Amino acid sequence: MAAATGAVRTERVRSQLFLPAAITGFLALMLGILGFDQFLNAMTLGAIYALIALGYTMVYGIIELINFAHGDVFMVATFVSIGVSTTILGQSGAITDIPTLVVSLVLLFLITIVVMALVGALIERLAYKPLRQAPKLAPLITAIGVSFILQNIIQFFVGPYITNVPQLFPTQWVFTLGESRVPFLNLFVIGSAITLMLVLQLFIARTKTGRAMRTTAMDRDASSLMGVDINRTIMITFLIGSGLAGAAGVIHGLYYGNTTFTLGFQSGLKAFTAAVLGGIGNTAGAALGGFLIAFIEVAAAAFGFGRWGSAIVFSLLVIILVFRPTGLLGSHTGDRA
Amino acid sequence: MSLLELKDVHTYYGAVHALRGVSLKVEEGEIVTLIGSNGAGKTTTLRTISGLERARSGSITLNGKSIEHTAPHEIVRLGVGHSPEGRRVFTRMSVRENLEMGAFLRKPGAEVQADFKKVFDLFPRLKEREFQAAGTMSGGEQQMLAIGRALMGQPKVLLLDEPSMGLAPILVEQIFDIIKEINSRGTAVLLVEQNAMMALGIANRGYILQIGEVTLEDDCKKLANNPKVKEAYLGV
Ligand SMILES: Nc1ncnc2c1ncn2[C@@H]1O[C@H](COP(=O)(O)OP(=O)(O)O)[C@@H](O)[C@H]1O
Ligand SMILES: [Mg+2]
Repeated sequence: MAAATGAVRTERVRSQLFLPAAITGFLALMLGILGFDQFLNAMTLGAIYALIALGYTMVYGIIELINFAHGDVFMVATFVSIGVSTTILGQSGAITDIPTLVVSLVLLFLITIVVMALVGALIERLAYKPLRQAPKLAPLITAIGVSFILQNIIQFFVGPYITNVPQLFPTQWVFTLGESRVPFLNLFVIGSAITLMLVLQLFIARTKTGRAMRTTAMDRDASSLMGVDINRTIMITFLIGSGLAGAAGVIHGLYYGNTTFTLGFQSGLKAFTAAVLGGIGNTAGAALGGFLIAFIEVAAAAFGFGRWGSAIVFSLLVIILVFRPTGLLGSHTGDRA
Repeated sequence: MSLLELKDVHTYYGAVHALRGVSLKVEEGEIVTLIGSNGAGKTTTLRTISGLERARSGSITLNGKSIEHTAPHEIVRLGVGHSPEGRRVFTRMSVRENLEMGAFLRKPGAEVQADFKKVFDLFPRLKEREFQAAGTMSGGEQQMLAIGRALMGQPKVLLLDEPSMGLAPILVEQIFDIIKEINSRGTAVLLVEQNAMMALGIANRGYILQIGEVTLEDDCKKLANNPKVKEAYLGV
């Protein structure tokens, strides 16, 4: 008996160590292959994909809906962030005064996240909740509809152009590390994304609402027999997922300095792929998938296959799904979150 | 005024008319059993009480308060515990986390801790497996967990949907003893069973459900001696 328990425990320790070891190995490999500059580039892109992928995976986990409008929520967030920067904060470019910069960034993130969270919850309330009992195809089609509506709203009010986003964080701030020049902006982007992801993981693991989200994803009826308010829990899932897309929108704007109304389609598709790759419904998997896809894209470009980036990403998706239909971290369906 | 009362409840699944006017009562302190063959509507009755399915007509009252339009989580708050068909434990959570979910609506504190102890007293097996994932336990252990989890909500009435399903006979006896024990501590029980012999053995009163209708209700002793019941449900 004791021996058996011991064996189970070693098995568990082994599986707990496997993932961090695999990730560290992968990152070291990529650093070696790509060199520091491209590595940093991939990490930054990955952070953005990961933040968007979380929204896809959380919503899928809880109501089994592929929320096609999620990429567009991210796109709208980039435009909201322009509005916040220029109108509320009155800033149109880099802020070099550090206290002003800190206050402006905090407000920029906070306001955009809150606005997008509310937009996401509103979409859920108006477009998906009335279809909760309908066949699965109905909310899926509705999601595609919402995606077009969001694109058209932006196209109508802003136009079909590439629009500049104020880069509040000075892009010229760099420090040297060996032979590389490291922009602080990249560190800021990666750092804030990872912080948000850790906060999310803690929230899901430790809070009562997080628990309700997990049990609702596992078994909605059983969860409501525990006293969980299912409608409220789904609403909160949309609030959080869309809030994270809001953060991703801010980060995208700060880093790339521009946006357009079709941005959500491209990035949304990649992030959705990331979610599937990681195991849809699994939040850690979505984050992992986001970084993985970014590395593949950047590596493809570094080796001169830039135009093949998407083809390579999707080929890999097919291969992984053939061997692991539930994605990298997914277990069998019905047991998500 | 009964603790729980259904009057002429009709429930549909789309066009399927599953409950065709079910009326039944559970009084304070009772064990009431609902017996019927597969597909009679036993599970639907419990799901309708809990609000997981909606009655199209009829009334459901808990201590006189009507609950047929109340949300499922509110019905839990009002004192209905439900251990569903097929156990439905949260497989990837530990035994302890499952029990904590059972106390979801309660303030954490000494009272909840005391209830953990009570549940572990009733089911020592759960204590042994406290930190094991629920999905890795045997069917009997999962059944104990499902009942324990429902008890953590401090229900006034406990709905049990086929607790003996798929269990070895010796475990079935054990589970039925525990149901009696739970009842003797003051919780009313509405017990749905296909195992009519065992159910009639521990319940005070029983209802026979056939194709969505209650066709017979009586004291369990009388039901057990009713020739029709004997032939149809007791295999005599
Ligand atoms: N989700 C469902 N959709 C359609 N019909 C259902 C559903 N669940 C149960 N039924 C039907 O309702 C009737 C009663 O089922 P149920 O309450 O599960 O019976 P029991 O628990 O007594 O075996 C059966 O005819 C069954 O086929
Ligand atoms: Mg049943």
